[in-house]
Amino acid sequence: MRRLGLGALALLLLTAPVWLASPYHLHVLIMAGIFAILALSLNLLLGYTGQLSLGHAAFFGIGAYTSALLALKAGWSFWPALGAAAALSGAAGWGIGRLALKLRGAYFVLVTISFAGVISLVSVNWMELTNGPLGLPGVPPPDLGPWALRTKGAYYYLVLAAAALAYGVCHRLVHSRIGRAFLALRENEPLAESVGVDVTHYLVLAAVVSAALAGVAGSLYAHYTRFVSPEVFLFSYTVTMVIMVVAGGKGTLAGPVVGALLFTVLPEALREAVSWQWQMLAYGVLLLALLFFLPRGIVPAVARAMRPARTVGVRSRSAPGARGEPE
Amino acid sequence: MLSVEDLGVEFGGVVALAGVSFTVRPGTITSLIGPNGAGKTTAFNAITGYLRPGRGRVTYDGAPLGGRRPFEIARRGVVRTFQKTSVFPTLSVRDNVLIGLHLRGTAGVLAVLRGGRRIGDEERRLADEAARIVAFVGLAHRVDEIASGLPYGEQRLVELAVALAARPRMLLLDEPAAGMTGAEKERLTALIRRIRGEDVTVFLVEHDMRVVMGISDTVIVLNGGRVIAEGAPAAIQAHPEVIRAYLGSSGAPA
Repeated sequence: MRRLGLGALALLLLTAPVWLASPYHLHVLIMAGIFAILALSLNLLLGYTGQLSLGHAAFFGIGAYTSALLALKAGWSFWPALGAAAALSGAAGWGIGRLALKLRGAYFVLVTISFAGVISLVSVNWMELTNGPLGLPGVPPPDLGPWALRTKGAYYYLVLAAAALAYGVCHRLVHSRIGRAFLALRENEPLAESVGVDVTHYLVLAAVVSAALAGVAGSLYAHYTRFVSPEVFLFSYTVTMVIMVVAGGKGTLAGPVVGALLFTVLPEALREAVSWQWQMLAYGVLLLALLFFLPRGIVPAVARAMRPARTVGVRSRSAPGARGEPE
Repeated sequence: MLSVEDLGVEFGGVVALAGVSFTVRPGTITSLIGPNGAGKTTAFNAITGYLRPGRGRVTYDGAPLGGRRPFEIARRGVVRTFQKTSVFPTLSVRDNVLIGLHLRGTAGVLAVLRGGRRIGDEERRLADEAARIVAFVGLAHRVDEIASGLPYGEQRLVELAVALAARPRMLLLDEPAAGMTGAEKERLTALIRRIRGEDVTVFLVEHDMRVVMGISDTVIVLNGGRVIAEGAPAAIQAHPEVIRAYLGSSGAPA
């Protein structure tokens, strides 16, 4: 049953360019794929280590600029530029992870926001390198052997493959002792340390992998839109990623993908369905309803609905009372 | 052997430990007791790296533990539990113990991303080990349940299982019987004996005198940040200073 569903989904995704009539719809799917990679990457930090990065657009933007600059100024082809984008974003993630070693919660959030702010300012003001607010036009399309992936159909498959790869990376990590160490950090840090988990090591590792994946998404975005500007650092990109992860189901593998699909397709669908005055309002109401009725996200809710009803023991958590010494 | 010499801790001018020295002999069950505020948990925190003592020396098997972080101390075989119930709350009992088995896995990030048989074998080995430990503490029927949903006494057993998974050579238990029913305490006592039987030195802070006097080889009594007595349970119960400082003041609970 489950295998059948996955097979159908794979077939659906693989044949999308055939049955999707308009290139516009394909464009929406490509953007959904890029955002799926971003949401997967954010979810590693937010969903598994429990640390909210509100500067995630910075890793996306670093990836986009790295790839675009190497292609435009150094004449690199797409693939090495993609690798460099992942590496540089990953290095930035390492820096943030090291900086935030001892910081958790709100302080971690602040460091990531400030980092994104600084990087964004650099992109606007370092005219010689980034061309400032004018951006970098003319980023070449990727090539695969003798073919240039100019068509939307070809690009769709490239993004699909990258998203599948990102999903695979997250899947393997999460189902390993490394993923369990991430969870331990989210769940109970002192306890994790008491059994020998070097939590700071794993926080840095999660930040590096997460940032590198966001860098990959940035590179894909740059070579798809063929244009990079400081807009890639917009805070609203980060907010969109957070919405995708939270609404889809943070700390689940499928959640960010579902969230990315939904929140890329939804605004476009609303644009067609209702007049522009009501678009944002409808979007907001839908989002609120979703969070109100499915606070843990879509995927956990669906998973629970599909599981055969199991009697769950009464949640008794008798308080231990105030005994012992003060901490 | 765990050796504590002249351990001193102050919190903003309040002396929590005023130069405490004791040793815990290998293969024993040793209890640290004392009235509230005597400094028992502070001593645990200082030994296991959760607190940096102002002065003093802690060594385990001759190696200094001072200045090391908790996870490094755990890697040397000194593993603790916490006074307040401390589990990985939203995870299943199995996953709790699997996290405890962290040090028994070897897979690094590249190996994990490459995947393959070795990783699969290791995961299966860890899963078997987790099942064995869960059964050891008597929670086999709870293995798939979410830790925070368990009754309090069983959550304490989850904690114990997590600590055991880290394969301690010395296990520090901070009030393991707190909040347990009488029957649960008896099971816990039997468990602690079995743990010692597997060559693990047990060092515990405990308020329940029946538990302490029933299982300890040695009892160390703290009061006001100092060791006031040390000896076999019978000797401690008869020790005049202990009776005056501790047992007497709380209505001779022994």
